[in-house]
Amino acid sequence: MLHLLPLLVLLLSFLAGSAQTVVSGKVKDGKGRPIQGASITLKDTYDGATSDSLGAYRFRTTEKGEQTLLATSIGYKLQEQKITLAGATMHLDVVLKQEPNELTAVTITAGSFEASDAKRTTVLNSIDIVSTASANADVTGAIKTLPGAQQVGESEGLFVRGGTAQETKVFIDGTLVNNFFYSSVPDIAQRGRFSPFIFKGTVFSAGGYSALYGQALSSALILESVDLPDRSSASVGISTVALNAGFQKLSKKKNASWGVNYGYVNLAAYFAAVKQRPDNFKIPEFHNGEVNFRVKTSKTGMLKFYGYFNYNNLGLRRPDIDSTDLKNAFKLTNFNVYGNLSWKEKLGKKWHLYLGASYSTNTDKIGNELQDQANDPVVLNVEPYNTKSFDVKANGNLATIKTVLERRLYGLSAIRFGGEYMYFTDKNTFDNLYVSNAISKTDDHFKAAFAEADIYITNDLAAKLGGRFEHSSLLEKTNMVPRVSLAYKVGNKAQASLAYGIFYQKPEKDYYLRGYAFNDLLYTKATHYIANYQKVSRDYTLRIEGFYKKYEHLIKTYGNNNNGVIDSIGNAGFGDAKGIELFWRDRKTLKNVDYWISYSYLDTKRDYLNYPYAIKPNFAATHTANLVIKKFVTKLKTQFNGSYTFATGRPYYNIRYNNSAGKFQIADQGKTIAYNNLSFSVNYLPAIGNAKAKKFVVWVFSINNVLGNDQVFGYNYSYNGLRKDPILPTARRFFFFGCFLSFGVDRTDDVINSNL
Amino acid sequence: MKKMFFALLSLAVVTQGFAQSEKFTKAMTTNIAQFDSAKTADDMLAVSAAFERIGDAEKNQWLPYYYASLAQVIYSFMKNDMPNNDALAGKAEQLLTKAEGMKPNNSEISCIKSMIATLRMLVNPQQRWQQYGAVIQQELENAKKQDPTNPRPYYLQGQNLRNTPEQFGGGCNSAKPMLEEAVKKFEAFKPASSIDPSWGKLQAEKVLEGCK
Repeated sequence: MLHLLPLLVLLLSFLAGSAQTVVSGKVKDGKGRPIQGASITLKDTYDGATSDSLGAYRFRTTEKGEQTLLATSIGYKLQEQKITLAGATMHLDVVLKQEPNELTAVTITAGSFEASDAKRTTVLNSIDIVSTASANADVTGAIKTLPGAQQVGESEGLFVRGGTAQETKVFIDGTLVNNFFYSSVPDIAQRGRFSPFIFKGTVFSAGGYSALYGQALSSALILESVDLPDRSSASVGISTVALNAGFQKLSKKKNASWGVNYGYVNLAAYFAAVKQRPDNFKIPEFHNGEVNFRVKTSKTGMLKFYGYFNYNNLGLRRPDIDSTDLKNAFKLTNFNVYGNLSWKEKLGKKWHLYLGASYSTNTDKIGNELQDQANDPVVLNVEPYNTKSFDVKANGNLATIKTVLERRLYGLSAIRFGGEYMYFTDKNTFDNLYVSNAISKTDDHFKAAFAEADIYITNDLAAKLGGRFEHSSLLEKTNMVPRVSLAYKVGNKAQASLAYGIFYQKPEKDYYLRGYAFNDLLYTKATHYIANYQKVSRDYTLRIEGFYKKYEHLIKTYGNNNNGVIDSIGNAGFGDAKGIELFWRDRKTLKNVDYWISYSYLDTKRDYLNYPYAIKPNFAATHTANLVIKKFVTKLKTQFNGSYTFATGRPYYNIRYNNSAGKFQIADQGKTIAYNNLSFSVNYLPAIGNAKAKKFVVWVFSINNVLGNDQVFGYNYSYNGLRKDPILPTARRFFFFGCFLSFGVDRTDDVINSNL
Repeated sequence: MKKMFFALLSLAVVTQGFAQSEKFTKAMTTNIAQFDSAKTADDMLAVSAAFERIGDAEKNQWLPYYYASLAQVIYSFMKNDMPNNDALAGKAEQLLTKAEGMKPNNSEISCIKSMIATLRMLVNPQQRWQQYGAVIQQELENAKKQDPTNPRPYYLQGQNLRNTPEQFGGGCNSAKPMLEEAVKKFEAFKPASSIDPSWGKLQAEKVLEGCK
């Protein structure tokens, strides 16, 4: 009997072989649409099929009895189903559920432009920032080509949707940065301090930003610093204005790195070659030092430190507006230290922890002096000359700490909550003809707690609900604000979003440092309403956004002692801004050409500071348009970048105190000429594409305002109001020429070393 | 009697084992033939899925997953839907990881790794070139080291060079010596078994032909 066993096995398998079952059916998604390329498998067997373009599948099997049918496709969840095979034909339709997927899911986009290389659906990425012709490798220079930002040439900062520069705050790795820009010089916009190369991601929110951030009425620029470098490298740069050298070392295990960088900027040669409008008696000179280290603390943890140091000096002289033979000399020494330490880690399967701390100290020593034709100091004890000479030493410090905990919920949904603490201290020392060593101080313990939830109702419909609670010891006031956004996918690549939020910002520290009188100051307040439509594919991006922003409790300044000198402030200001913005980026239509067009329409009025009533502020242009073009010519290994910016004229006012009326009035007003700027830059990369190249060279040449268009940023009025002088750029054009080398430290070194 | 029983039992097991292995080889052979003759992206995807099924059922064979990953990669190239390459490459990687778990430090697996890196690079070459260019290069070097007789890393490198613009150090002139080396190695190459990797000869000859 026993020797019959193998025979029996054989027979059985023959029997099984003869009783085939044909399984067929359709694979569909949740909306009943066929899924092509889905794999159907009878678990633990070779049997199965792949669905065709109509979602249909069909296979034969010799298996019998109860079996498990598996169905899956990229982007869908694995579906398990029990079936009983009985040797006949079986029909079985399968419905696959979409896997929550960051690439295909709707994202909340109202108000914000994201620029990073991590996500495919970004509007701008970090290389775009560096290769934007008009930007001169300044982060905010590139942001200014996006809709929502104004072209303001007389002062630094981002003026967004009818907001002042102070209404935009910059965050690096989650924490607020004080003094993101180099210290102000009258009528000359300053650059951002930080190199765009230290950031891997940029989110520019023109409104309706997340509850994780606060104290910015208009806009948040959220920057994320780079992680570990790909390899060790050394770099050297030389240009018409600067020298720099740096070194980055990646550990052998590729789990840690450190780096140092030093830059020296001196404009002597440049100013000698290109005539400047002001008389630069102290040629601008900058020393910048940077240190960083990054450590992978575990498979999922990353600790990063970035430290920055800057010391700079400059002095410039211009004719005094209230006389024909006097001059005004301004000099500035700035000392700035910034450090940022952050740690990200995954705790267990669902939790993420983010910890950030930063510290900055900034000291500006400003000297302003009235001088005669021989550049010697002049002391005149009559108005307005008596207050023109002064010295200020302004010191500001900020220490912040922030914690965010995130928990992943089902799918892509998540909740985030945490808190932050910021300690601001500011001290001004002021000297002039009448006071000496007058010290004013202010400090603020600022605390905030926040919570936010991303709720994916489906892959196509998401909501972000957030709340923020803040307390300032300076104001002795608490606020609580809601933030809500919704996004709905309206097509394969298109989505519509809505956002609403209330934003508070404490009055600027200057109001406290100047000794103005006030009773019970409030937070200034803005309410945002944003609607957005966006369609993003690999080659095109289209964005249309409309917004309405309402301002309340803006700061009003008063001079009640009859001479118009400001002596008190209050919260009676208000205003609003509305507009429509358009963005179109096309990487395909023209071969090797990437271009974008942005257009902003802005209608805004506000009554703040000494404005007599609600008027269009001097930093707001009604129409602004940008065209940015980049073309890479492979044959020449050269990228050509061009940009054209147009903005309609901005209003300007001479607001004077009228003694007889006892109030501020507009004595004169007008509108500047339209702003036109054609910029051009060329990047030559001889080593590109050569994976074996040990050094990577980039040559950069750029010109701003190629056509030499007249640019007027506004007007300054004399004390008596009879004379007005245009505010002009320091030179008609700006030229830049430089060469940057980086040497990848080759692994052959390591090989040699380890063999010695 | 007892002895007899065990002898028979072991015979049964062996027979069963043979039958199993025969079934595996037969299925693999059929699928490899289908892989070689696949004309469209959809065919290639079906081949990949069929290999994955064999891998899942066998659980301890690396070749089905290897082929499943290879077919997934070639499917992605045929599909030519660059923005989705990340998702497709992710699937290929997932399959390859299973193969690698059973067959670490394998030259053929390193080749696929370099192909996956190529897929990822193509999502945005301008930005990803630096990151993935290094991986492509490294994996091909690994493949050459792990098995100096394997012609495929030479073929892949030749093909990569062929597809790189001349200005970037690519083009036929630099590709030709590499492809000739590949063809020479293909002549000498003997796969370990009838179902071990042996693809690429015709393709290498074709690319070389195009350079003449």
